Amino acid sequence: MDAARRHPVASLLIGFLLLMMIFSSISIVPETRQGIITRFGKPVRIINRYKDGAEIGQVGAGIAFRIPFVERVDWIDKRVRDIEMDKQQVLSTDQLRLEVDAFARYRVVDPLRMYIRARSTDQFEQTLAPILGSQLRNELGKRPFASLLSPEREGVMGNIRQGLDRVARQYGAEIIDVRIKKADLPDGTPLQSAFDRMRTARQQEARSIEATGLKKAQIIRAEADAEAANTYAAAFGKDPEFYNFYRAMQSYETTFLGVNGNKPAQTNIILSPNDEYLKEFTGR
Amino acid sequence: MFSDNKGPWGSPPGSGGGDPPSGDEPAGPWGEPPKRRNRPDPVSSLDEFLQRSRGRFGGGGSGGGLGFGGGPSGSLIFWAVVAVASLWLLVTVFHRIAPEERGVVTRFGRYSHTLSPGVGLTLPAPIDRVQKLNVEEIRNIDIGSAAEETLMLTGDQNIIDIAYQVRWLIRDPEQFLYELAEPEETIRQVAESSMRQIVAQVTLQDAMGVKRGDIESRVQEEMQQTLDGYQSGIAIQGVAIKQADPPAAVNDAFKEVNAAQQKAQSYINNANAYALQLRQKAQGDATAFDKVYEQYKLAPGVTKRRMYYETMERILQNVDKTIVETPGVTTYLPLSEIRRSTPRTGGQ
Repeated sequence: MDAARRHPVASLLIGFLLLMMIFSSISIVPETRQGIITRFGKPVRIINRYKDGAEIGQVGAGIAFRIPFVERVDWIDKRVRDIEMDKQQVLSTDQLRLEVDAFARYRVVDPLRMYIRARSTDQFEQTLAPILGSQLRNELGKRPFASLLSPEREGVMGNIRQGLDRVARQYGAEIIDVRIKKADLPDGTPLQSAFDRMRTARQQEARSIEATGLKKAQIIRAEADAEAANTYAAAFGKDPEFYNFYRAMQSYETTFLGVNGNKPAQTNIILSPNDEYLKEFTGR
Repeated sequence: MFSDNKGPWGSPPGSGGGDPPSGDEPAGPWGEPPKRRNRPDPVSSLDEFLQRSRGRFGGGGSGGGLGFGGGPSGSLIFWAVVAVASLWLLVTVFHRIAPEERGVVTRFGRYSHTLSPGVGLTLPAPIDRVQKLNVEEIRNIDIGSAAEETLMLTGDQNIIDIAYQVRWLIRDPEQFLYELAEPEETIRQVAESSMRQIVAQVTLQDAMGVKRGDIESRVQEEMQQTLDGYQSGIAIQGVAIKQADPPAAVNDAFKEVNAAQQKAQSYINNANAYALQLRQKAQGDATAFDKVYEQYKLAPGVTKRRMYYETMERILQNVDKTIVETPGVTTYLPLSEIRRSTPRTGGQ
């Protein structure tokens, strides 16, 4: 006590140092991270390590102690992270090109190994992205184009996942799944020719629809004609001679008087007195 | 957050806020500064500190008394510290959780429990932290839009331009916070991947038309399954296809199909109209003939004559007539002559 009073600056300094020691010996470990404690570079223990199926908040995270200045904490993400791959051109067995964009989800299950092999998850992601690309090319390149679009794709993805997982295990990571995000025809000729194919297919469809329409129309007309002829025949067939007369009368009227208000051209009729109509006129 | 080891310990108001005045007069008014500083637990230190201070002020009245010799400015600072500290406590101990929210509490970084709606109590801030998450709000992610094309391959190797929306919400706040590094980005990627997978299994016609609803529900199912595989704590509420059209490059050809359908229909309509008309006419004619024929059969000769004269009457009363005695004369007259002469002869 007296010493402290006598050397205020020194005691303050000592107090400050002590405080520093305490603070630096305590680490707050959040749920989202795993910590690797190294003593002069040598890993001694892991805190908050991922355990499959462990309940959140049961173990791991919270306060962790370490020896100040001697031990160091490095953090590795505990969450599910993703590896994104650049677009890859894949050539199918039938020589069709496909532009594929995929991603993988992984989780670090062995932070120590990750720390030793790759230092950080970013480094790991950079290492694995090209491997994912080549895995994808290899697997998809073994198949015809059509099967890349089919449900069979699931099996392909399973194979890729396993292949990638083997590599990832060496880094202490587990690949949860690999999924194709995009599988498109590359810009330029392949895409254009696909468009052309679609276009011509549509044009073909359009023509056939039109032709079918015409055909149907013709049939409808012909059927109507046939039915009308039938109706006429049924009626007129009862007395063909009378029909001839009856129809002639109608025809004269139509020709000389017009129908529905349609006036025919100016008509001159030259009649002979011997005409059937004028037979009585001459008084014979 | 807590990555700085000193972090949470540096901020407690008891020691942190109180330091500056004692720094000015190190040996003086605070009595035993080093000892106080060595105390590791800021909470108990704070409590004691407050109790002691209360005791002092209750007895001493004025700020100048009883070893708290910092003068009037010292007491002012002390009260300021107390005010700040109690405000701090008030703010960080009581948490109002709205009905749609859940409060995820972490104690020194470790997940402790989740607060339900209402007022929740926790330890003060550096120890307990509360993250409020809205678990009722339905969030949207739009993929593709009318402005830009999102092209996808369909099962029949055609290309479709598709735009859709994914609606999701947080089902499990703890998982949502701790299991996925980038939740939104993940949902987006999974949505794209699932949509492509499903669209690649149907034909272009189906995707544009009848199977839309089917695709939507299958994508939702697929997404939910994948996200559950990540233990993401996310629930997909629905997937809505806003647009599923042929790409702009071939749109004209698709319109041609439409036009052809219209054309074909109009051909058929015309034919139907013709058929209807023809049938009606035939029936009309036939019925008319039948009626007349019935009458004719009663008295064939007379009826025939009557019809003949009636028809002739109708015709001849409306036309110009020329009656020529001798047959064959007309052959010598030019047609125009007859025409000129008709008015005269017409008068007869």
